[in-house]
Amino acid sequence: MAIALAVILLVLGTVLFHFLSPWHLTPLASNWGDVDTTIQITFIVTGAVFVAVNLFMAYAIIRFRYNKNRRSRYDPENKKLEIWLTALTTVGIAVLLAPGLVVWGAFVTVPEDAHEVEVVGQQWHWSFRFPGQDGQLGAVHATFIDDDNAYGLNPDDPRAQDDLLVQSPVLVLPVDRPVKLRLRSRDVLHNFQVANFRAKMDVVPGQASYMWLTPTVVGDYDIVCAELCGIAHFAMRGMVRVVEQEEFDEWLASQPTFGDLLAREPADTAAGAAQYAVCSACHGPEGQGDENANAPQIAGMSAWAVERQLHNFRTGARGSHENDTYGQQMRPFATMLADDAAIRNIAAHIESLPERRVAPTIDGDAERGRRLYRTCANCHGQDGQGIQATNGPPLSGIQDWYLATQIENFRQGIRGRHPQDLYGNQMVDMAKMLMNEAAVRDVVAYIGTLGTTIGTDTATTQLQRDD
Amino acid sequence: MASLGHDATSYAPPLEMEEMELAHPKTFIGKYIWSQDAKVIAIQYGITATAIGMVALVLSIMIRLQLGFPETFSFMDPSSYLQSVSMHGMIMVVYLLTALFLGGFGNYLIPLMCGARDMVFPYLNMLSFWMYLLAVLVLVASFFVPGGPTGAGWTLYPPQAISPGTPGIDGGIILMLVSLALFIIGFTMGGLNYIVTVLQARTRGMTLMRLPLSIWGIFMATVLAMLAFPALLVAALMMLMDLLLGTSFFMPTMVSLGEQAGYDGGSPLLFQHLFWFFGHPEVYIVALPAFGIVSDVLATHARRNIFGYRMMVWALVAIGGLSFIVWAHHMYVSGMNPYFGFLFATTTLIIAVPTALKVYNWVLTLWHGNIQLTVPMLFCIGFIFTFVNGGLSGLFLGNVTVDLPLSDTYFVVGHFHMVMAVAPIMVIFAAIYHWYPLITGRMLDNTLGKIHFWVTLLGTYAIYYPMHYMGFAGVPRRYYAYGETGFISDSVATLNSFISIAAIVVALAQLLFIYNIVVSRTRGEKAGRNPWNATTLEWQTEHVPPHHGNFGPELPIVYRWPYDYAVPGAKHDFIPQNVPPEDVEPASADDPKAD
Repeated sequence: MAIALAVILLVLGTVLFHFLSPWHLTPLASNWGDVDTTIQITFIVTGAVFVAVNLFMAYAIIRFRYNKNRRSRYDPENKKLEIWLTALTTVGIAVLLAPGLVVWGAFVTVPEDAHEVEVVGQQWHWSFRFPGQDGQLGAVHATFIDDDNAYGLNPDDPRAQDDLLVQSPVLVLPVDRPVKLRLRSRDVLHNFQVANFRAKMDVVPGQASYMWLTPTVVGDYDIVCAELCGIAHFAMRGMVRVVEQEEFDEWLASQPTFGDLLAREPADTAAGAAQYAVCSACHGPEGQGDENANAPQIAGMSAWAVERQLHNFRTGARGSHENDTYGQQMRPFATMLADDAAIRNIAAHIESLPERRVAPTIDGDAERGRRLYRTCANCHGQDGQGIQATNGPPLSGIQDWYLATQIENFRQGIRGRHPQDLYGNQMVDMAKMLMNEAAVRDVVAYIGTLGTTIGTDTATTQLQRDD
Repeated sequence: MASLGHDATSYAPPLEMEEMELAHPKTFIGKYIWSQDAKVIAIQYGITATAIGMVALVLSIMIRLQLGFPETFSFMDPSSYLQSVSMHGMIMVVYLLTALFLGGFGNYLIPLMCGARDMVFPYLNMLSFWMYLLAVLVLVASFFVPGGPTGAGWTLYPPQAISPGTPGIDGGIILMLVSLALFIIGFTMGGLNYIVTVLQARTRGMTLMRLPLSIWGIFMATVLAMLAFPALLVAALMMLMDLLLGTSFFMPTMVSLGEQAGYDGGSPLLFQHLFWFFGHPEVYIVALPAFGIVSDVLATHARRNIFGYRMMVWALVAIGGLSFIVWAHHMYVSGMNPYFGFLFATTTLIIAVPTALKVYNWVLTLWHGNIQLTVPMLFCIGFIFTFVNGGLSGLFLGNVTVDLPLSDTYFVVGHFHMVMAVAPIMVIFAAIYHWYPLITGRMLDNTLGKIHFWVTLLGTYAIYYPMHYMGFAGVPRRYYAYGETGFISDSVATLNSFISIAAIVVALAQLLFIYNIVVSRTRGEKAGRNPWNATTLEWQTEHVPPHHGNFGPELPIVYRWPYDYAVPGAKHDFIPQNVPPEDVEPASADDPKAD
């Protein structure tokens, strides 16, 4: 009889759990309230069947438990009952299906007045594109994609010139205006999921998929990737910021167009060299770094990586956390740079400086570090050379004491959690796989064996890296 | 006197075909290693599937350790997490469940229940097992190649499955695809056997509508498998060509970690269609044998005829047919033309009708039964409870609109584990407790069995039921860690720890089960013939366990359907299928009667 009791208690527990559970649908922030209604209908119908079937079974177990002085009833078939049950079930199914199909009909029909946004997925980053004045998105093809043309826009397409490019993973949308999201991937499958919007859709390379919605509540909503896209799938995050129309217009106007990027003057290395004087106090005249000043080597570092960090320091996205002592020291120098052009000039100069081999100061198990580094290699490169496409800055050529401090800062959220730090957030999630200080030391020791080693012996770089 | 029973007749059809001749092996190797006896092959399948299933069980615990206690176990990095998830899924679905139901129970039960001496092609049957073993070994080898096994998820979606950024693209994915191809080749050899044996080798009087539902379920599942597996085979071969020969079946023009990947014009969605054209019938390849077996075990231990036998058979056939036109319900948000959603939501919800009827008929079999709460019966009840839950949550995901927020979340994980992991496993346990006495001649320990049942039922419910609610909250699946978001609360982390502890407890209970199986083999109580008083032919053999050739000098002749329990007017509460009407002992006045 325990089993009958257990079934009854499980049914009760299931129903109670449903009503008491702290986990339920996120607050709705789009027009898809009908999806929630359909879920409610499904809950009522399936809940009733669940309770009825299981309680009936429990009752049967009690009522018809074994008794050696009794026989079971012999009735192989009961056509009437079976027809009734078939009919009832069919009605129940129709009640579920009909509203589902009606709502789906709305979901696949994009309203005429929807404005269009392109969502671009890549390993492991979101970016966005808005049509410019002409109201049309320019043509794209994956063969056009390189580091200078991340979207793969056709440079010869006149419609592409005024397209507004949002390379940060923060999408701003105006409230109460229907939007059609055109979804495109540069590499593998992704899925654009914003729980509060209810809608989601896969982002598929080689084709464009779409969905539409109307944001209805002003606020910030997480974008997560919901289709497995490789090892950093879980860290592929973004944000939708729903704002009033005026704020949206202002934001959109500040985004660069494809034409702007194409027309950008090349960086002025000479001007950058002049401005570098102030940096040399800590980073050294050749950018070789100085441990006493807590300044790492920056010589030879890819310009895009330097630009990003200078920008972060300048806006306070980095170096404003109360526990980031050394970052705080860097901020005043970064704010001295007048504008983006100044940042680009100085970054170009820094990239032109010769990188030197750095001496190890931290003891760690480089062999274990090599195993740990296999995760890092996906974004930062097998040789720590950095990959612009994955937003992974170079690691080789940076002193181990600096790397260890920064990894520790990421692990503790001292660096990377600032809402303006668009790429650091991902690194916080990734850095957590290094469980303790020893793991940090080991991976840093391995990174120390990587990379370009100008004028020094390369014996220590011969460790196998195929793992 | 009139014939007693639903389908009883004294007519025995004439012998139309000569009996097959069997070469009886003399040596140990011939009997137990290179064996052509379906019963031995069944055990070989069973042991291999259980062994690789234990690997998948360990992998599931590794997944749960990471999710329940993140930042604790240094052996779990994002790569090993994804590798554990992928291998756990593929092993459990294909190498454990499919192999155990069809290769294991199919081999053991088909000849015995049909009244045949063996499978029609014993040599092919033997090759089938060795091919399966080879497939398993190739799969296991992928754990030892540089880079480890694939971490592409069990669905192996390209481009990601063969692109940088995914673990195992150096060797793991190749071995995975090769292993699948070997499995399918091996399975085809076995599958042909099962189909031809059921169609051609039934004994005299065993009409199709007298077949036990176990055989109907296994038969239909095999038909599905023969039609579905080729889609997976070509998908695996095409992906191998994309990887090794540079073709672009599934690979579009794309970049990979910033570099042009060198592919042009392939379709990732084509793979998904091929995969799910296999993958959805695969759900029923596992479910239909479970449906069949649970019907027989339920009827035997409830001492009652299965309710609505013909409806049950036609429901199996209908589900099997419909299962081929619902596949794209796995792809509502895949980026395929969204208008497909209307068609596939409709077909998917229609399939719920025959499935629901089966549930009603199981419960109605208990109604007015005389229910013996043996361990097999407990597992049958556990199956019904779990399956009702998992089936109903399928109505959420099958209904395209409701799938929108729930797809790719933990709701899906909860649903498919409930409906195609726990439910079929409950039936496997019911079946092992039920047929172990036939296979070994000894009973399994009852107390250990009950502990095993209770921990498994309550534990798995504690694991999977709350997952549905994580799905409502939008928690995505296949995440190594959850980091900070605005919508995943800290209570989700607490819930994850709870689920992980439940999972470890359930896993330990399975060790108890294995212990029971091993120890009872020599120390279990002697079973004797037909300990459950069952009607089907496998219990009517001359010897227990049955010898090579299954039956004595004469094959049994079948006079009735397999569910003659508690036939009014008969003395005993069961009449085996091979008892002619004239041999049924009539009841006397003081024999028990139905209410």
